[in-house]
Amino acid sequence: MKALVAVKRVVDYNVKVRVKSDGSDVDISNVKMSMNPFDEIAVEEAVRLKEAGKISEIVVVSLGVKQCEETLRTALAMGADRAIHVETDETLAPLAVAKLLHAVAQSEQPDVLLLGKQAIDDDANQTPQMLAALLNAPQGTFASKVELNDGEAVITREIDGGLETIALRLPAVISTDLRLNEPRYVKLPNIMQAKKKPLEKKTVADLGVDVTPRLQQIKVAEPKSRSAGIKVDSVAELVAKLKNEAKVI
Amino acid sequence: MSVLIIAEHNNRELNPATLHAIQAARQLGEVAVLVAGHQAEAVVEQTKQVSGVHHVLLAQAVHYETGLAEELAPLVVSLASSYSHIGATATAFGKNLMPRVAALLDCSQISDLTEIIDAHTFVRPIYAGNAYATVQSQEPKLVLTFRATAFDAAATEGGSATVETVAAEPAQNLSRFVGRELTQSDRPELTQAKVIVSGGRALGSAEQFNRVLTPLADKLNAAIGASRAAVDAGYAPNDYQVGQTGKVVAPELYIAVGISGAIQHLAGMQDSKVIVAINKDPEAPIFNVADYGLVADLFTAVPELIAALDS
Repeated sequence: MKALVAVKRVVDYNVKVRVKSDGSDVDISNVKMSMNPFDEIAVEEAVRLKEAGKISEIVVVSLGVKQCEETLRTALAMGADRAIHVETDETLAPLAVAKLLHAVAQSEQPDVLLLGKQAIDDDANQTPQMLAALLNAPQGTFASKVELNDGEAVITREIDGGLETIALRLPAVISTDLRLNEPRYVKLPNIMQAKKKPLEKKTVADLGVDVTPRLQQIKVAEPKSRSAGIKVDSVAELVAKLKNEAKVI
Repeated sequence: MSVLIIAEHNNRELNPATLHAIQAARQLGEVAVLVAGHQAEAVVEQTKQVSGVHHVLLAQAVHYETGLAEELAPLVVSLASSYSHIGATATAFGKNLMPRVAALLDCSQISDLTEIIDAHTFVRPIYAGNAYATVQSQEPKLVLTFRATAFDAAATEGGSATVETVAAEPAQNLSRFVGRELTQSDRPELTQAKVIVSGGRALGSAEQFNRVLTPLADKLNAAIGASRAAVDAGYAPNDYQVGQTGKVVAPELYIAVGISGAIQHLAGMQDSKVIVAINKDPEAPIFNVADYGLVADLFTAVPELIAALDS
């Protein structure tokens, strides 16, 4: 079985982003970039499935600027076999990403497509579901457990009240939740090896997808700031404040 | 303009989360609600009484029973032509279903929106709530998910919607429901609770998490939440998690116990009306958003707090 894993390069999760002074966007110049944490989990899961003998080849794909190559090299160092980089300077919305991944999937014909449940920059949580729709494939979103059997993926999903288990006919799209696994650290020898693994370049035009944005970002603003309140000295004072001042108990 | 809201339910009861999407949708036009399920008449009875609902559509089939997106999406698409906007609350159900609908309609989606500027312009949080983007859609049809805590719930009484049965679409059979394991609790539901007591890694173990927080939550009739660190450490079940990747809550009172206040946690609770932090580290970032902070060891402060509430 072949797995296709999509990875996104995003602002590192530890960075507190600032809005640009003109309100056009957040300022991400000179901030640390990393692989989206949910995508790391997707790569890790694919590698584990390969180690378990369920998957024979892992193809990792990323869409975006030149530096996405670094993200792909990280995935290769984690254990992916080869990479595809669809290079573009356009800002891609989830629907455009899903269409591009759909085009890649049509030439690669994977049995399993693994994606993170959301990117921590746009927080959209859309791409896997959209990709599944375009492929007319089933979707196992927010997965915390994945089992591959003959022709079927059994997924445990995180839902609001607990957990749910579903079985999906392959090929299927799976989106990863944080609980699925703990991604491995890449070791130096693996990074060296990853430099020799194949990385294929494609363009948006090669894939024949119209990526014209259909949503316009008019402005970006700081959240309503919440300032620090007061520090109380004792539990008694806290209770008094909650009762008399805040009137919430 | 009319808006189609997809009801979340378990075939017996309408999930209160849907009431928030209904209330939000009233700002956009006449509201219709789709109840797709199996033997879901009770849900229709509740939905038609919801204030602001004009029309209830009922689609019944065995393959709609468990809410699989593969089955529901073609149904929603078959009804889409009559509506300018299609939406749901941004719960696990809504997040799973709506993007599939959007892609089938070849429309983009606006996720987890917190404010409606006009019929085409919306505000939504990005970067874990560290920024808010105003987005305008040029799409002929708008697919939306609404953040529950940003909109009031529609009243469950006062409505008198008409009910229409619509035809089910054929089963897709791409996926199969196997089972569901729900966390048993007598407490208020986390996203609906007025008071939340939330614990972090400082609780130290699952046993202490329960021993310390349960009596306080009982006292305040509160739901119990947890930080990602506490969930990852196995102190609390996953569905307790509050944050960017867990649930977004906005109760009247949020008591953060032994939680440092990482960006990802703040994303899930900083719209709470009053935030209380109990932490022994005076430098913890949680104190930057807390209305009332108590620098103290939680293992002595929480029992004292319970005693003080008793008196």
